[in-house]
Amino acid sequence: MLEIKGLHVSVAGTEILRGIDLSVRAGEVHAIMGPNGSGKSTLAQVLAGHPAYTVAAGTATYDGKDLLALKPEERARDGVFLAFQYPVEIRGITNSYFLRSAVNALRKHRGQEELDPLDFLQVLEEKLKAIGWDDTLMNRPVNEGFSGGEKKRNEILQLAVLEPRLAILDETDSGLDIDALKTVAHAVNKLRAPDRAFVIVTHYQRLLNYITPDVVHVLADGRIVKSGGPELAHELEAKGYDWLRAGAMVS
Amino acid sequence: MTSIEAQVQQPYKYGFVTDIESDVVPAGLNEDVVRLISAKKGEPGWMLDWRLKAYRNWLKMEEPHWPNVKYGPIDYQAISYYAAPKKLPKLDSLDQVDPKLVATFEKLGIPIEEQKRLSGVAVDAVFDSVSVATTFQAELAKYGVIFCPISEAIREHPELVQQYLGTVVPYNDNFFAALNSAVFTDGSFVYVPKGVRCPMELSTYFRINASSTGQFERTLIIADEGSYVSYLEGCSAPMRDEHQLHAAVVELVALDNATIKYSTIQNWYPGDEEGKGGIYNFVTKRGKCAGRNSKVSWTQVETGSAITWKYPGCILQGDSSIGEFYSVAVTNQRQQADTGTKMIHLGKNTRSTIVSKGISAGRGQNTYRGLVKIMKGAEGARNYSQCDSMLIGDQCGAHTFPYIDVRNSSAIMEHEASTSKIGEDQIFYLRQRGLSAEDAVSMIVNGFCKEVFKELPMEFAVEATRLLGISLEGSVG
Repeated sequence: MLEIKGLHVSVAGTEILRGIDLSVRAGEVHAIMGPNGSGKSTLAQVLAGHPAYTVAAGTATYDGKDLLALKPEERARDGVFLAFQYPVEIRGITNSYFLRSAVNALRKHRGQEELDPLDFLQVLEEKLKAIGWDDTLMNRPVNEGFSGGEKKRNEILQLAVLEPRLAILDETDSGLDIDALKTVAHAVNKLRAPDRAFVIVTHYQRLLNYITPDVVHVLADGRIVKSGGPELAHELEAKGYDWLRAGAMVS
Repeated sequence: MTSIEAQVQQPYKYGFVTDIESDVVPAGLNEDVVRLISAKKGEPGWMLDWRLKAYRNWLKMEEPHWPNVKYGPIDYQAISYYAAPKKLPKLDSLDQVDPKLVATFEKLGIPIEEQKRLSGVAVDAVFDSVSVATTFQAELAKYGVIFCPISEAIREHPELVQQYLGTVVPYNDNFFAALNSAVFTDGSFVYVPKGVRCPMELSTYFRINASSTGQFERTLIIADEGSYVSYLEGCSAPMRDEHQLHAAVVELVALDNATIKYSTIQNWYPGDEEGKGGIYNFVTKRGKCAGRNSKVSWTQVETGSAITWKYPGCILQGDSSIGEFYSVAVTNQRQQADTGTKMIHLGKNTRSTIVSKGISAGRGQNTYRGLVKIMKGAEGARNYSQCDSMLIGDQCGAHTFPYIDVRNSSAIMEHEASTSKIGEDQIFYLRQRGLSAEDAVSMIVNGFCKEVFKELPMEFAVEATRLLGISLEGSVG
């Protein structure tokens, strides 16, 4: 589904990613781990098309298409979703209006009829039920006055409603207490599907106690220095990142 | 150009010129011109005397330069003070009106023909210096509501005009109000009798067409005891390289328990991206809450004009009267706006609310200037002010000048202000959810303006939302 080859990315003239190779197939969950500043979030932002990042070299193919040639909204409409590390506030726009606009942008792209508010409410209820959440966030302005946990939960809620094929979670676990972490992880597990892939960017292993990845990659200094199964996450929890970074420098 | 700036370049949609035979008075201003205007309108002597008094006063006044706007000198002798299409309708029939006029208003979305009229909205259509048509007059008359061009009111209802004209904005109030008092040509007159809730929205559409002319409209609205009226004005002008002056005066009088809701959607030609052409919109608008429990509510959406200079205010004279001001002002390209309100609290337990939203894009400069004055006798007065500014791009400016003058210690004042910038991150967030860059900006801006838009009559809220989208198109991308 996603094929990244030799990806080099810089921001404001500084090279952050220095040759990433990554292959993600439908139905898989990949965890990207690594120390602060290793380029994890850059990878997430670049895949979603943030304009501040410049691709210097390499390719990213999504469902056979050149992902990097698409505008952010085109990627979104083709099923690429990014759960933001820092979701922004949109004053005066309710969450439900925002989400309906997003759903309709996607539906329009697929040649489906747009949903009116009543139809949308029905769809929304179904999706919420599927992950066992209520709709308390829906009538509040987008992320305005939300706690850190509510903002992250709101991202996952959007994921549930927009039903992407490739979901990228950028440090969704940061700032969550253990209960909120479990709630979010539970929802993500419910959303795992054979035709959907997850790329989960995280600094800590604790999210992976609740979401079991198929593959764990360690990112250090802009490169993937090690890949392995779920057990690699535990190893990192025990040993930290330094042993891998030193290794990266030697090799 | 950064991607944020790349997006505000949609041509002005209403910039066409109607090719029509007009009766235009040669440029220049003197007492003879004032007399000529009065004669063309068939006015009684008292009206001419009032105009002349204003004119003589104006000669002694100086153009104000305290607003935070910059423009070259205005040559008042180079302006024509009267322009009217030659073929005008007689009485209430459109039969004799030049079909080009009917077509013009239709093109502007203001159909004036009987069968196409907007339901539930009575329209007075003003073209250059004259009213072309006023719809639903007969229907309104059944309720005792008078809705007509002010020139007609001067002839038909002189007692009402004489009683109220100049009582809220005196002929010598300020430079532009004095000029208007001397040379005003048309505008609307509304009288809602005691206890009547006006059965439909009233509106006036102002169109400047002729070149080298100024438009000096005058509107007077009187809501008698216990009555209610909602009034809306709209306006547009052709794209021309010259600047044109629009100096209007609007006076509102609300008696005991009466409410006047006055909404403006201002879309005068703003000039081009280099600041060439565009309307100078120098306007005096004021409402007097003369009676107990009366209410005057201003809502304005200002997207056009090269320069906007207006402070719709309320004189809260009656005890427990209420003044409101809800404003969205957009400046894009080289537009400049210095706008806000004045709330003068005289009566006891008077309340005022100010919600101002300024949006600057391109090289626009947006200034909020507001005065809240609590006079000695205004026991228990309250004011709440909220001024929010939004910046799009990095070449525009937002300025806020709130003046607060409290002379009664029982007053309660609240003032909140914020400045924000539409950022790449906000736009990216929405694009990542599938919205186009244009839709993203439109959503952010509409959310920002929501508290003001919800005050507009429903039919016009949609129009305002759309207009705002057009005004800002091209500022982000």
